[in-house]
Formats: sequence, C-alpha cells, structure tokens
Amino acid sequence: TKKKAPQTLAPAAPPPSPQKHTAASFPPTTAPLLVLVRSALPEAPGRGSASAPAAMALAFDEYGRPFIILREQEKKSRLQGLDAQKANIAAGKSVARILRTSLGPKGMDKMLQSPDGDVTITNDGATILELMDVDNQIAKLMVELSRSQDYDIGDGTTGVVVLAGSLLEQAEKLLERGIHPIRIAEGYEMASRIAVDHLESISTKYEFSATDIEPLVQTCMTTLSSKIVSRCKRSLAEIAVKAVLAVADLERKDVNLDLIKVEGKVGGKLEDTELVQGIIVDKDMSHPQMPKRIEDAHIAILTCPFEPPKPKTKHKVDIDTVEKFQTLRGQEQKYFDDMVQKCKDVGATLVICQWGFDDEANHLLMQRELPAVRWVGGVELELIAIATGGRIVPRFQELTTEKLGKAGLVREKSFGTTKDRMLYIEKCANSKAVTIFIRGGNKMMIEETKRSIHDALCVARNLIINNSIVYGGGSAEISCSIAVDAAADRHPGVEQYAIRAFADALDAIPLALAENSGLPPIDTLTVVKSQHVKENNSRCGIDCNDVGTNDMKEQNVFETLIGKQQQILLATQVVKMILKIDDVITPSEY
Amino acid sequence: ELRDRDPPASRPDPSPVPEMERVLKDDAIQEKGERARMASFVGAMAIADLVKSTLGPKGMDKILQSTGRGRSVTVTNDGATILKSLHIDNPAAKVLVDISKVQDDEVGDGTTSVVVLAGELLREAEKLVNMKIHPMTIIAGYRMAAECARNALLQKTMDNKDNTDKFRSDLMNIAMTTLSSKILSQDKEYFAELAVDAVLRLKGSTNLESIQILKKPGGSLKDSFLDEGFILDKKIGLGQPKRIENANILVANTAMDTDKVKIYGARVRVDSMSKVADIEAAEKQKMREKVEKIIGHGINCFVNRQLIYNFPEELFADAGILAVEHADFEGIERLALVTGGDIASTFDNPESVKLGHCKLIEEIMIGEDRLIHFSGVAMGQACTIVLRGASEHVLDEAERSLHDALCVLSQTVNDTRVIFGGGWPEMVMSKEVDELARRTPGKKSHAIDAFSRALQAIPTIIADNAGLDSAELISQLRAEHHKENSTVGIDVISGGLGDMQKRGICEAFKVKQAIVLSATEAAEMILRVDEIITCAPRRREDRM
Repeated sequence: TKKKAPQTLAPAAPPPSPQKHTAASFPPTTAPLLVLVRSALPEAPGRGSASAPAAMALAFDEYGRPFIILREQEKKSRLQGLDAQKANIAAGKSVARILRTSLGPKGMDKMLQSPDGDVTITNDGATILELMDVDNQIAKLMVELSRSQDYDIGDGTTGVVVLAGSLLEQAEKLLERGIHPIRIAEGYEMASRIAVDHLESISTKYEFSATDIEPLVQTCMTTLSSKIVSRCKRSLAEIAVKAVLAVADLERKDVNLDLIKVEGKVGGKLEDTELVQGIIVDKDMSHPQMPKRIEDAHIAILTCPFEPPKPKTKHKVDIDTVEKFQTLRGQEQKYFDDMVQKCKDVGATLVICQWGFDDEANHLLMQRELPAVRWVGGVELELIAIATGGRIVPRFQELTTEKLGKAGLVREKSFGTTKDRMLYIEKCANSKAVTIFIRGGNKMMIEETKRSIHDALCVARNLIINNSIVYGGGSAEISCSIAVDAAADRHPGVEQYAIRAFADALDAIPLALAENSGLPPIDTLTVVKSQHVKENNSRCGIDCNDVGTNDMKEQNVFETLIGKQQQILLATQVVKMILKIDDVITPSEY
Repeated sequence: ELRDRDPPASRPDPSPVPEMERVLKDDAIQEKGERARMASFVGAMAIADLVKSTLGPKGMDKILQSTGRGRSVTVTNDGATILKSLHIDNPAAKVLVDISKVQDDEVGDGTTSVVVLAGELLREAEKLVNMKIHPMTIIAGYRMAAECARNALLQKTMDNKDNTDKFRSDLMNIAMTTLSSKILSQDKEYFAELAVDAVLRLKGSTNLESIQILKKPGGSLKDSFLDEGFILDKKIGLGQPKRIENANILVANTAMDTDKVKIYGARVRVDSMSKVADIEAAEKQKMREKVEKIIGHGINCFVNRQLIYNFPEELFADAGILAVEHADFEGIERLALVTGGDIASTFDNPESVKLGHCKLIEEIMIGEDRLIHFSGVAMGQACTIVLRGASEHVLDEAERSLHDALCVLSQTVNDTRVIFGGGWPEMVMSKEVDELARRTPGKKSHAIDAFSRALQAIPTIIADNAGLDSAELISQLRAEHHKENSTVGIDVISGGLGDMQKRGICEAFKVKQAIVLSATEAAEMILRVDEIITCAPRRREDRM
C-alpha cells in the first residue's frame, strides 16, 4: 500500500507539483503525506490526538513544498502531548508496581534470570531494577532514580521508586482534570519542600559514641529486617556498625566505605559471618611450600613484575657472538637475584605482587625464605597498603624500609573439602581497613547478604555524618502527608491541587507496607492517621511485625533523616522531569 | 474507497498506552504472584523428584550423556554430579542445584538428600500456600522448626573422640553407611577400611589432595589397594636405573630444553654458519652446566614438572640418575609433600635446597601399565589409593564414591560427633518438631507441622526405593520413636526395622546438620519470591 498511496492520494496533498518531486526523490516523505491524508478523513475525531501531532511533523517552506523535520519518519513511533505524558506515567507506574511488593519487613523477593541464565534473588530495589534490563526510556529513568539513591544514601532504593510511582499516579488524575503538567510539577516542588522541612522538624537527634553503639545497631537492624538475612539481623547489624566505626573519622564525621571490604565464601552458615580486623585476599602463597603463617610480617607491596625490565621504547638486542650470549645469560640471572636480594635487604618478610612471576623467581623467593603472593588485584593492593601502612612500590629501585607495610599476622586458611584458600592479613599497623567475611549456604545467599550488608553500612555511615533520625514504619510519610495536606489550603492557585495530590501520594508507602504485611491497608492507614492528629504523635506507623504497638519508638524502627529527605527530593525531581516531557520519539522495531 | 483502506502497518497503534506499559525487552518473561510461585514450586519439585530415586542403599543410578563431542557417558548416583550436568532453565531449580554443589564442596556427601529435603519442604509449603497462609508465615515457622530440629539432633549425638578404638569403628561405620548407597557397596567393608586408613594418615588435615586416587582399568574392584608410598603415573627414562635404594630426590619445576634468554628484545642474529654452530655449542654448554649443577646436588633421582629433552636426559642417564619428566602439577606437589623436599627452580645454591628422600624407588606394573613407585617415604601423610575396575565408567563412579567417603571421614575427624543413620535422625528431628508445633500458637504451627512431615519424607523415600511398604514401616518407626532414646531405624537390607546401633549404621552429624540448614535456607529463598523476571536470552550465533 505504501507505494500506491502517494498516487491515489495526490489530490489531497496541498501543492501538487512539488509533491511529485518529493515522491520521486525523497521517498521518506511518503509517510508524512499519508498522515496528512489521514487527518482529512471524516473519522478524525476518534483519533484526534494522533492526527494533530502528525501535522506538526511536516512543515512547508515558502513555496509550499513540504520538507522533512524527522528523517525516516515511518520508522519512528511518536507520541505527543497528553498521550506522551500518559504513556510515560504508565511506564513509570509499571516499574513502581514491580517493586511495591518488596517494600517493608514482610516484602517479597524477586527472582531474576540474567541473559546468561544466572539467577539472582533479591529484594533490593536498586539491584532488581539494574538486572531487569528494561527497554523503556522512562523505565530507565526510574532505574537511574533508584541508582542515585543507592549511590547517595545506600538504602531506601525501593521506597524512592514506589514514591515516584505514586506521585505519577496522582499526576495522571490531575492531568485528566485538565491541569497543565508544569503547574503540577510546580505544585509537587512546593509540596516536597514542605515535606522536607517537616521531616526536619519531627526528626530527633540520636546520641551515640564509639562505646555506645546500640542506637546505630538498632537503625541498621531496621534496614536488615526487610532482607532475607533478617534471621540474624542482630549480629549482622553489629558487624556492620563495628566495621563502620573502625574506619570512621568521628571528628570529621567522615566515613570512607571503600576501606570496608566485603568478601564472601560459599559454605558454612550465615551465623559464621565475621568481621576481620584486617584484609582477606582470595589468593594463596605463590609456592606451595612457603610458610602458611607469618608473624610480624613486613610486607613489600609491589606493582612491578619479578622479571627483567622492559624498556618502553622499541629496541633490539642482537646476539651474534658466543660471548654476548653468555653475558646476556649472566645478566638475566643477576636480575632475578638482585630483585630478591633487594626485597631481602630492606627487611621484607612477605612480598605481595600485582603481577605473576617466573618459576625461577618463585623458587629463588622460596629458597631465600621470602614468602610471596602473586596476582593480587589493584583494589586489594591499595587496601592492603592502607591497612598495613605501607606504600605501593612501582619499581624495585624505590623499595625502602619505610615503604614496607606491617601486619601482626598473615595466615592462610583453607575451607571445606575443596582446596580453596584465602589469605588473612590481620593485626595491621593501621586498623582502618576491615573486612566483613560472609558465609552462607549458597552463592545467591552470599550475594544477597553482600547487598544487605552494604545497605546497613550505608545507614551506619549516614548516621555518623548526620545523627538525626526519623521513625520508620511509614510514620514519617504519614506525618508529612498530614503536614502537606494542611499546607495545601494556604496556597492559592492551581498548585493547591498538586500539593494535595502530593500528600495523597505520600500515603502510598504506609499503604504498601500494610498491604505487604497482610493488614487491611485503608483501615490501618486511617486509624494511624487519626492517631497522629489526635495524639499529636508523629511516631505512629504500621505495625508490620504484629508486635502489638504502632509506636515506632517502642518498636525501635528508625531511619535516617537524610535518607528520607533524599527519597522525597529525588522522587519529586524525577516525576517533574517525566511530567515535562511532551514528545517521545523512538525508532520503532523493525 | 479511501475510507476502507487500512492505515499502513508501520504506524503505531493510536492508543499507545498498553504498548508503553511494557517496559522490558521483547523476549523477557515476567511472572507474578501465584504464577511465579507456581513456577518455582514446580521447578524445584521436578529437580527433587529427579534425584529422589537415587536416595538410599537401594537407590538407582542415572546415565548421563553429554551433548558435547564424543557423547561421553557417565553412570552415577551422586546427586551433585547428576545435577551439575543438567541444563536447567527454571531459576528455582537452579537454586537447588546450587545447594547441592555447595553441600559437595563443604561436606562432600548428602548431595542428594539436601535437594530432596528442600523439594519436600517446598511441596509442603505449596499446600500451605493453597490454604492461604502467607509465605512469610511459613518461613517463620520453618526457621523455628529448623532450629529445633538441629538442637534435637545435637542432643543425641555421640562423641567418641577420646576413645581411639571406638572412634575408628565409628569412622568405619560412617564410611560403610556412605558407601552402601554407592557402586562400591559390594565391597564396602574393604573400601571403608581403605578410606579410614587413608584419612587417619592425614592426621586431622582436611586436605584431601594428599590422598591420590589412581584409576587403572582392569581387574576387579576388589583388587584396589591402598599404597603407603607414592605412585607416579610415569615411565622411567630409557637407559636409566629401574631401581634405586635410599634415593635422594630433587623435585623441580624448570625448563629442561634450551633456556631462552628472557631479556626483552633479545634475538639471535648471525652472519655465518660457523657462528650458528658456536651459539648452538654455547647453548649446549649452558644446558650441560645446568645438568651438572643439578647432579651436583648429590641426587640419584630427578623429577621435573616440565619436559626433559633428549640431550639432558642422556646426560642424566650417563650420570646414573633416574630422571622423570612431565609429572603434572599435583603430582609434583604431592611428591614434594611426601618426600619432604622443596620444589626447586634454580640450582645455584645446592646447600639450601632441601632434597626429598625415600627408601626405594622402583618400577612396578599395575595391569599393563608401568608406574614409578616411591616407598618408604619420609612423611607418612600422603598415600595413594589404586582403584581397579572393569571399565572407565565403573572407575569414575568408584572414584566419586570413594571421594564422598573420604570427604565425610575427613570432616568427621575434625568434628567427631556421630549420629545413627537409616532414617533415625529424621525421625528424631520430626518428633521434636512435632512437639514444637503443638506448643506454638498461631498459623506458624502449620508450617512447623509441615516441616516435620517433610523430614519424614526422607525415610519414606528410602523405603520406597528399596521396594518396601513405606506407609507401614514409617508408622511403625514413628511408634518406636515415641519411646525415649530409641535407636531404631529402617534396615533396608533385611526389609524391616532394626536397631541402628547393632547394625552399625552411622552418619556424621556435620553432614546431617548441613543438609537440614541449607535445605531450609534454599526453601526459604524460593518461598520469598513473588515475581520472576527472566531477561531476554543473549543472542548467540552459530552455536547449535
């Protein structure tokens, strides 16, 4: 039909002569022409939205000839105006819907199978979205949203997406009432500011010190309770807090999470997970007969290989006589000897090398009783350097005694019936690098535990940076919702509606919590809300675990203030961005 | 006529919302709620049913044929081996395969039981879900039940750590119990003896590398033997002594061809034939020096990981030294371990290289192959088990069985707690769990009850596999266990109940504990899932 179309429909196209021209030399323009015709058909009212934008796709120059704005238009699908917004909202909502059931302590997990067939089971919002491999642009924005929450705060990645989904849902209703998307966006912006300020006012300072870590542990437990590791959340929370405190600089309120290495090994029980004051490297000694245990190790950390130097410039060494051959041979042997001797001279008792080394070098090291580890990754090398107070040495010539790292004990440990061995570097000079060593029944469990520990670490870090907390269990959202609702009435103008919608959207979190916990959502929410207003108590939340009280202070359910604020700000930002899109052009599938 | 024309196909649907709602890629599959749970239950149970028939002493084997070249065939009843070779598409099934693999790595045995138990737990959970009990409630119940089951078992363990004779008989019993479900069951006493001897030589180490298993087709399984020395599957070089007493062995990893000059960019460039000859002579000289250095260590046996070329071999033969080339990596390490020598790569400092010693090196014949036998080695930790059997398949399966037994034994040496076998531990646990269910108020008790039923499924399957009347036997067994401290279990051989203590059917506590805990963990993991998202498979070209 495509080929025939221009001819049969020619009379409908405005200028006849240029049309012929375009049909001959610019085949792509056939599509816009067709669209034009379609808009002229009497059935137009039914698809008014489709025809109106089509006219915009084709422009005419001063002679009345059509020219192309979009190349190959028939290969692209295009949505404009209200349709674009609605489609985007639908996409955003469907992402949020997937995560909704993962919210809260009774939230369910998702099983994800990657393109290569690997299975991941998780309820961490950021991970689910990352692995979902979404194709839709708006859905990708939601993925970004959860990721940025993950980078900034580390926790609340599910909540932020659910909140954004609910904001979109509310916006859809307003759009249907004819409110301009920009006004909605502005209203949301105002509401989010009100909510963030309100959070500040209901937050409490949570005092803790290096010795009194209980408050930190409690907050981490709230984070862990929604994960599969909730069975031993107490011990894991303690591990996370101790790890963070070990690397934290309480004076500057700064925590470098890079100094905490999270290593996992399949096998054993989750209860065997431990905090090691030092570094664990998944490597073993380069020679099977090197000692497995070194006390008071002086560690040379090398990034140069144990082999003769390799000049970067192009070069050749020609051998044409027997003498040269022998000198070169002698030189080569001397290189190995010198290198080992150099390490020995500065007093190293352990060499950790980023590169591999030759059998001969290996044996020489062994013979001179200098244990060595090879092929240690760059990140691990850095951590070892930090932990042991050593310097990474890129050249043998630069090796000096001061640059050696020191560790009280280096030992090799083997696991199970397989020959897996790991190297423990403990009692380091600088205790500011620790390893959390996770054990668990299977690989998926380990991976999920790693993610959960990461969340807990982030929460502990956030508390150290800013020790304000709000109460969890949806209580903060309910309280904000009430505050925003009250503030709405004071705003003249259309934004009032948007602000009210924002308040409704905030209710989505406690609703989802209640639903996931098997409680009647609306009943529960209304009861809690009235309690808030009547008792002027902002600590009431959803009693997910059936404890019997909904005062979150008694249940010890806390979240960090900055985490919550960030959730609201990020969700609002993304929703604003989505609302402002009024034209979506995608290359359609072929 | 214009009106009748359909809009061109390339135009998007005028109502774009349903299309946009699909946020995943085209081939991706998304399953939600009940359907997702159904898919994982079905997948997990299918896997459990698959390996179910291999459970117990009368379990049957499976033939696995690989899709690769050669279509090689494996006959086995080892759960981990079966599951490892399956290509599975169901994500939940993969979780079960994974736990079986971990069980294999951690304790070495019970790879089938762990999958069957997890499958049974899910089967029971499915019933509860159909009764509209929330998965989280089931999980809470399972957790309590698993803890209770473990404690019940812990109380009934026996520990004969201090009594060497009794401990040895415990080990024998465990080995026999493990082997009774394997291909070696015919000669289980013989092999149990072998395995126990081998493990006790390790003196508490769990490093099974120092037990070498050598497979030689020919003869019958009964002809297998444990050798206290070390057997290297290599031939002795031509013209070299075939028998050395009081050998000094140098174990090396070095290139015995012409050493390359490893300084970068070095290359040989000459302008006449005579110079080529000179350099060749220099190379030879270098080799000769190296060999002389090696001989200078005062050795009469030289074992190298890499090849030894003709020229050095000749030199060694002239010096009356036994030179063995191309011993594999593990062989070298084991040899170094048993003879107590260093693995050397440079030879400039003979005084600092530790040489290995053994009383006698000789060439022996096993079947038609000639092997080198090192006996009277300095360290008694290592040993070699030579397996003989009718075919490669038999030998492979025998090796797997023996490996299982060795793993279990080496773990038991470290954790000496022992329990009875034959369905006894399951009944003990099930009884305690039942009582817990009665004490627990709330919906959780249903789940605890279900856990106990799942535990009972294991003896049921063992009885079924043996062709016994399982319903009858299990009810009798339960009645027996109602008495305090019963030691009764299923005796598959006689086809009735029997006193496990008298029959000497034992299992390691560590294995049972790992089974219960990881099966519960896996079931919990699968139960928590309410949505399965399968990404579009990566496109592969020309693979099939």
